[in-house]
Amino acid sequence: MAGSIRIRARLSGDVAEVKALMRHPMETGRRKDSAGNTIPAHFITEVTATSAGKTVLQAQWGAAVSQNPFLSFRIKGAKAGDTVQVQWLDNKGETGVGEATIK
Amino acid sequence: MNRNRRGFLKLAGAAAALSMLPLKVLADFVRPKEAMAATDLKGVFASLGNAQDSDQIRLETPDIAENGAVVPVTVSSAIPGTSKIYLLVEDNPNPLAAAYMIPEGTEAFVQTRVKVAQTCPIYAVVEAGGKLYKTSRETKVTLGGCGG
Repeated sequence: MAGSIRIRARLSGDVAEVKALMRHPMETGRRKDSAGNTIPAHFITEVTATSAGKTVLQAQWGAAVSQNPFLSFRIKGAKAGDTVQVQWLDNKGETGVGEATIK
Repeated sequence: MNRNRRGFLKLAGAAAALSMLPLKVLADFVRPKEAMAATDLKGVFASLGNAQDSDQIRLETPDIAENGAVVPVTVSSAIPGTSKIYLLVEDNPNPLAAAYMIPEGTEAFVQTRVKVAQTCPIYAVVEAGGKLYKTSRETKVTLGGCGG
């Protein structure tokens, strides 16, 4: 699921506001399908963001984060042209990654 | 003699570099498994530790959320040394929805969207200097976020 994250990073002053939108079903494992079978849990458990060679945010998520998760955070001392990379890992061991350049 | 010294320095440097590796792993954010598995607010705080109320945390949630499956939550903290931000939804099956590790150089600010099962308070818990602080806000939910 590479490329499953859309990222925008916008600089204002020396703070970059990063907005990331990940594509993921975020199934809680509590829902049932129309036949009454439980839909197995499938959700992102970890998110890591790096920029300019350093970790800028780490997240540990439960199933209560909404489908197609949105995450925004702000990096201080950022420069235009720096890249921001966001990676996720879900409970099935699948991963996703996305990258953007700070503008 | 001099060569020995150089050799020693090299070795010492390598040893120092090696000993830093496990440190980096330790510094990584460990999943608060117990708190995530807790089924009520009490259980979460029992695992994380007790938090005192603070007016230095800004928690923005809608007063009324039409769709409990997608409730935007914004947290920012003015407490110096904020290193972690936790998001809790009181009446969810597992209240702890998300935990964030904020390294130095990142603002104490996060925005996410969470599922909210029913009308209940949403909590933002902030860890700063080894202490926990909290604030909460009630969000009314017209359509619950669990049935889908």
